[in-house]
Amino acid sequence: MQKVFERPKSLNDRPFHYCPGCGHGIVHRMIAEAIDELGLQDRTVFISPVGCSVFAYWYFETDNVQAAHGRAPAVGTGLKRANPDSIVISYQGDGDLASSGTAEIIHAAARGENFTVIFINNAIYGMTGGQMAPTTLVGQATSTSPYGRDPKFAGYPIHISEMLATLKAPRYIERTSLNNVANLSRTKRAIKKALDMQNKGEGFTFVEVLAPCPTNWGLDPNESIDWMESNMMPEYPLGVYRDVKTAEVKS
Amino acid sequence: MKVLMKGNEALSEAAIRAGATLYFGYPITPQNEIGEYMSRRLPTIPGGAYIQAETEVASINMVYGAVSTGRRAMTSSSSPGISLMMEGISYLAGAELPAVVVSIMRGGPGLGNINPEQADYFQATKGGGHGSYRMIVLAPASVQEMTDLTVLAFDLADKYRNPAMVIADGNLGQMMEPVELKDSYPNNYDHSDWALTGAKGRKGHTITSIYLDADEMEDYIHKLYRKYGEIERVETRHEEFLTDDADVVIVAYGIVSRVVRSAVELLRAEGIKAGMVRPITLWPYPKAVLRKLADTAKFFLACEMSMGQMVEDVQLSVEGRRPVYFYGRSGGNVPTPAEVVAAVKQRM
Repeated sequence: MQKVFERPKSLNDRPFHYCPGCGHGIVHRMIAEAIDELGLQDRTVFISPVGCSVFAYWYFETDNVQAAHGRAPAVGTGLKRANPDSIVISYQGDGDLASSGTAEIIHAAARGENFTVIFINNAIYGMTGGQMAPTTLVGQATSTSPYGRDPKFAGYPIHISEMLATLKAPRYIERTSLNNVANLSRTKRAIKKALDMQNKGEGFTFVEVLAPCPTNWGLDPNESIDWMESNMMPEYPLGVYRDVKTAEVKS
Repeated sequence: MKVLMKGNEALSEAAIRAGATLYFGYPITPQNEIGEYMSRRLPTIPGGAYIQAETEVASINMVYGAVSTGRRAMTSSSSPGISLMMEGISYLAGAELPAVVVSIMRGGPGLGNINPEQADYFQATKGGGHGSYRMIVLAPASVQEMTDLTVLAFDLADKYRNPAMVIADGNLGQMMEPVELKDSYPNNYDHSDWALTGAKGRKGHTITSIYLDADEMEDYIHKLYRKYGEIERVETRHEEFLTDDADVVIVAYGIVSRVVRSAVELLRAEGIKAGMVRPITLWPYPKAVLRKLADTAKFFLACEMSMGQMVEDVQLSVEGRRPVYFYGRSGGNVPTPAEVVAAVKQRM
């Protein structure tokens, strides 16, 4: 019988610990596929953040390091500067990257560090139990915004891709979503493109992925997709925010 | 051949010659010469990298990433900046990563001032960061030792897979003295069984400090503490000065030990049998030598540029068998030999 679908060799057979309908497992698989397709497995160092994906290293058949909350881009900077031949992937959620680690992500991007950041934005803190994130939508109820996020004292959602796109050094910034098959394909393409650019030494690459968190949104997986489309995607428009040639960066 | 160098610059050059060609740091007085020196030297060395990090928090995490590859890397800062590094130091200890942190102490608490103090002893030796861990802490007393102990810090960090700190005060960082440097220092620890270099021809390596299961976490902490016990047995270092017949043992480290050495000579000239113990490792602390001297000494005096921090380790070592007194100055004031002599006489 012909095998038409198999597990990427950069991913092991350990069952994911993620909740039903969570986006992490999907993105993990896409990253592993991209690593395999580009032939990068034996040069990859994968950075697990603090959050639900703290144990991402359980799954990737690569070298792995676990970083303190928000610090993954600094750890990635050290890894890449010490070993420029490695392929460094910083995998971070929105609490990790957009709150605790805002300084680290902005300055890694501003320096144009030659590594790839995969940013999972689900508008909430997952592991700690559904608290308000910097990406939480106005009016969205969480365990620490039980009456809905009120801009009067909690401000407005942070748009990381748009912020990073104001910097000169980043080479590639795209926001994608896991809401349907077409956008899954776009997400996979974006991840592969980012890793390919890193492999060619082109500079800082960043893929923001809008992802569902059914458990902490209090919705079932299908309702979560609807909520993403009707609430998250209008707030966080999909698209390429930056895609420039090295020459343009230097100009 | 001896050359005249500033403490901070001599330390930097020694680190480079020990193979630490990766430096990550953030400006703060009185240790700016280290970052400035590294920014001049490292870009000219193949494989070398200098990064001025966005914060001290980022600096220590860049070190965490860099040493994960098995290469030598370091950062440096002063008191408020070292406070920001405590999270990262705990992670380095938890993940068993070898790294060197240089702490050039200034006045505090808060923003304090840029004058020399020794008030970060607790921070360095008693934790500072969270959790059950220990950091090797080395305290130079001269520009020569700024270099020698920095080289030793890299060796101990590599040998035990543990963060090591070189702790000095603003005086030692800023002052110039003749120093002898070797062309290079050994850097040949094999980290291939854990370093993250890409899983080529082997299973992937993982560096982490998370253990969810209570028994697994406890087993890991016990493993760390067996290592710390070995460091205490093997790596404790100190210097003694005229302690053989001493009735009065003055305990001082770093720059203060040089003042105390003069004070001991003045006291001896007056017929008072004084001596000095200078801890070189602040952790592990030379407890055994102080415990032994308690058999013969009449009392101990800890002398520090702080309101009294190391004095608590003297008390713990002496175990209540002899009086332990304290004399200290702070705010950037350095005690004079005459003040130390007076402090001894007052207690006789």
